[in-house]
Amino acid sequence: MVAFGQFAEVLIGGLLAGVLYSLVALGFVLIFKASGVFNFAQGAMVLLAGLALVRPLDYMVAQGFPVWAAIVLGLAFAAVVMAASAWLIERFVLGPLVNQDGLTLFMSTIGATFIIEGGAQMIFGSDVYPLRLFPTDAWFLFENQFPGGILVNKLDVWGGLIAGILVAGLAVFFQKTKTGRALRAVADDHAAAQSVGIPISWIWFVVWLVAGLVALVAATVWGTKLGVQFSITFLALKALPVLIIGGFTSVPGAIVGGLIVGAGEKVAEVYLGPLIGGGIEYWFAYVLALIVLLGRPQGLFGERIIERI
Amino acid sequence: MLGRSLALGAALLGLAALEEPALAQGAGEQFLPRLVYRTGAYAPNGIPFANGAADYYTMLNERDGGIGGVKVVMEECETGYATDKGVECYERLKSKGATGAAYVSPLSTGITFALTEKVFSDKIPLLTLGYGRSESRNGAVFPWNFIALGSYWTAADVAIQHIAKELGGMDKLKGKKISLVYHDSPYGKEPIPALQLRAQKNGFEFTAIPVTHPGVEQKSQWLAIRQNRPDYVLLWGWGVMNSVAIQEAAAVAYPRDKMIGVWWSGAEPDVTPAGDKATGYKALLLQHPAGKFAVHADIEKHVYAKGQGVGKDTLGQVLFNRGLIDSMIGSEAIRTAQGKFGKKPLTGEQVRWGFENLNIDAARIKALGFEGMLAPFKFSCADHQGADMARVHQWDGKAWKVISDFYTADRSLLDPLVADAAAKYAAEKKITPECAKS
Amino acid sequence: MLYREAGQFKSSYSADMAMFPIRQDRIALALLLVVAFFIVPFVASDYFLRAILVPFLILSLGAIGLNILVGYCGQISLGAGAFMAIGAYSTYKFTTGVHLPLDWFGTEISIPPLAVLPSILLGGFMAAIVGILFGIPSLRIKGLYLAVATLAAQFFFDWVFIRVKWFSNYTPSGSVAAPELNFFGLVVHSSIERYLLCLAFVTVFAFIAKNLVRGSLGRQWMAIRDMDIAAELMGIRPFYAKLTAFAVSSFMIGISGALWAFVYLGAWEPLAFDINRSFQLLFMVIIGGLGSILGSFLGAAFILILPIFLDQVPHALGIPISVETISHLVFIIQGSLICYLLIVEPHGFARLWAIAKEKLRLWPYPY
Repeated sequence: MVAFGQFAEVLIGGLLAGVLYSLVALGFVLIFKASGVFNFAQGAMVLLAGLALVRPLDYMVAQGFPVWAAIVLGLAFAAVVMAASAWLIERFVLGPLVNQDGLTLFMSTIGATFIIEGGAQMIFGSDVYPLRLFPTDAWFLFENQFPGGILVNKLDVWGGLIAGILVAGLAVFFQKTKTGRALRAVADDHAAAQSVGIPISWIWFVVWLVAGLVALVAATVWGTKLGVQFSITFLALKALPVLIIGGFTSVPGAIVGGLIVGAGEKVAEVYLGPLIGGGIEYWFAYVLALIVLLGRPQGLFGERIIERI
Repeated sequence: MLGRSLALGAALLGLAALEEPALAQGAGEQFLPRLVYRTGAYAPNGIPFANGAADYYTMLNERDGGIGGVKVVMEECETGYATDKGVECYERLKSKGATGAAYVSPLSTGITFALTEKVFSDKIPLLTLGYGRSESRNGAVFPWNFIALGSYWTAADVAIQHIAKELGGMDKLKGKKISLVYHDSPYGKEPIPALQLRAQKNGFEFTAIPVTHPGVEQKSQWLAIRQNRPDYVLLWGWGVMNSVAIQEAAAVAYPRDKMIGVWWSGAEPDVTPAGDKATGYKALLLQHPAGKFAVHADIEKHVYAKGQGVGKDTLGQVLFNRGLIDSMIGSEAIRTAQGKFGKKPLTGEQVRWGFENLNIDAARIKALGFEGMLAPFKFSCADHQGADMARVHQWDGKAWKVISDFYTADRSLLDPLVADAAAKYAAEKKITPECAKS
Repeated sequence: MLYREAGQFKSSYSADMAMFPIRQDRIALALLLVVAFFIVPFVASDYFLRAILVPFLILSLGAIGLNILVGYCGQISLGAGAFMAIGAYSTYKFTTGVHLPLDWFGTEISIPPLAVLPSILLGGFMAAIVGILFGIPSLRIKGLYLAVATLAAQFFFDWVFIRVKWFSNYTPSGSVAAPELNFFGLVVHSSIERYLLCLAFVTVFAFIAKNLVRGSLGRQWMAIRDMDIAAELMGIRPFYAKLTAFAVSSFMIGISGALWAFVYLGAWEPLAFDINRSFQLLFMVIIGGLGSILGSFLGAAFILILPIFLDQVPHALGIPISVETISHLVFIIQGSLICYLLIVEPHGFARLWAIAKEKLRLWPYPY
């Protein structure tokens, strides 16, 4: 019974941790879905959003603003920063590269990454800035059934809730709104979408804006967990296996992928890790992804790749 | 087209600029390369250390006109904590100035390992304050490394001693469980042999739990700790890993006052992101605490009051103070060497003599303004570490408070480890260990 | 005027398919080699040789290797760092002697310490073997999915080399130091010797690569890259073509890893070959130009040397700004240059070079 309680705890913790990865992975999916660009800059965007939120927030609190007002204004400021960067990226980087092949677009987002990382740290500083928007302590469930109870971290639950709302919102956005449908058309074929009169630069701006806002949401959760600092960009690497398992083009896939990666790597680390020396969760997530790909080369929810000659 | 040819021209010009003539500038000045990291993943910890180290020399220049009248010129090079970048910086700066680099202090275990191979032929001392190769204490095998004041093995031993004291005696360790949560790199792995030795001798159960670099995600490690319930957890992290560990410990309700960090896991950037969750967390002190001492007053007076210096915001922080000590040891080595070779810019080889004959007694510590920060120490050829002491401090939610006296690591236990590892290195590198007679 | 192939008649197929069909190219290359081997070592400063040219050459070799896989065969890989690590650690094991007890079989593998050169080549072979192994999924997984799958190799080997103490000869920290570089009694130590050693390796392997890609194997790779189904229908075996690309590419990357560890760093830990190294090599290949040997060199120069140069400009000009700001500015400038370059020429430096050659043929006449 104790063993079962512990297993449940690891499993739940893993599932929730996975959803936090999904928050980062969602940004990748959005941009890939709408423009076929593998956006290397997503991690850097989380850093930029976090810094643009926490620095004005700290400043306003120090100036004696009420905390809730500082948070609202800080979020608004960060959103404006993300909108500005979306516009700049579309205008100066991706706009001129319409219809280039995937690797070129990928490389251009690396250029954008360098600019964002350098610029964000130059403007906002390269230190660590604590951010506390969500509770970080834990609940202990079923304490009567299991000694010590089953631990559930509140921050993770908040992250899960937010991710759920985001996905629902994005699904409605993609399926029901005009812009959303235009987005899907652009994703299918740039040139064809352009020829039926869809303003591609506007669409790309919107999608980068949405990805920027998703990055901001991810930054609020992860910033609470880590403090806003450069290391936050490494989250991109934790999001990649999530992305492959779910499929590059599926919003719900990002969540399911997150659940699988999170649960898989935590269970592996806690139960398999001690047998072979520990520290296995990083590569375990990728091996898991590799196994899924061998079965389904386009990820679980990815669009089927149809090849023609 | 014009733009492109201009760009090409600029590129060629740039390549020419890389061919900067060495030894051009600064005759009559002592050159000091400063390998720092003020950007990247480890910047929050790198910045205060770099500030302290730089501001100490600025203060010497402003107050005394340098060391023994020889002005010190510094040049910083950003390594970003990357080994290859560190090697490039070292090569860039090693032969600048009138006499080349006085010494190098990289603040990175990886860069230390790479430079250890190079300083043999370049003849430049490598000052590693409380980090680097633990076996480099043996100056006969590692003539150029100075692992001042403590190694990770010292730290491990002191941490166990502190735990024993909290438990009420060495014999109480028997049957206890102690876990080490470590950064999965040479830095984090270094203490394991010492801890295993202690576990064998004192009969506690030791488990090592690795955290993959950079350590942003540690849920599984802490869930394992929650299920395993060790009596104490030692933390060997750097950068973001520390604050995440404290946060996760709080989430699994592991008592923070049963956690003891190494001296690289016990500074302000490690605890502030975790907020009040960090209250009660303990860490080792490389002798010196946070806070302001006589030397800080001098820095405020001679540096900041004149609008100079870089570290005003970080003054008195743990890592700032460690930077001060780093520069103090270096500058005192140069001063010692000047006593033998004269008051002029010295070569790395001469500064090495200064290091090896450095003797900082209580009077000197007081004169330098470090009273209360350090205990007296002394280098020799056989001992490039000089001291085995450390204290413990605790974060009370607002500031670090020293909570223990000095502990002295048990050399009878650690010296065989040092001797073994050094002998192995000497055999591998075909070095005949000997102490230079000079 | 000078650069003109008029009058150079090809009278046989093999002359037409020569590695450098234009006489001027051959002369230029010969000159370049003479300069690199006989002039550079004597004019360049110690710093320039040791801290710029040596890493540049080593990473160029790695980029050539990766370019074979990504540029010629079209298989995107983010595992280059892992193959460098395999090359480095295998070489280390071979130079210090391999003792692998196989208790299950009641025997052991025991190889006495080997000389450095065979060790480096064996290191390359080990990388090639692992490369083939990790290339097998490429038969089913394609494009970006494959890129992310190769990350599995990256993270797995990062872990293996830090966890399996056998690879680091049981040093307590897991960091290892290279033994002395003894080539047939000649000990490579000074910067010039290190530079020449790397140059020799790079020259040999660049020629091998150039030769391979124009031959049957290279043309199979390119057919697979351009459209694998069509290539298969034409009778090219994807299995053979893809796996040879993985093998050759990993071999060269493994050699460059061994050189990086032995010649440049001297002592290393697995972190020296982490994911950033993989990305760095991939950037070099894309910026330099996919499917170009020359592009690999240009890409390596852009990614490696440009930031080092930019980093030193303010100091050389005496502009007092902090290293922090400089390093951020370097990032911003390099990022902007990458974007600018891609917009001007999406196919990298190699394409720019080709355009320049076209122009040169016509020069000084406009048409």
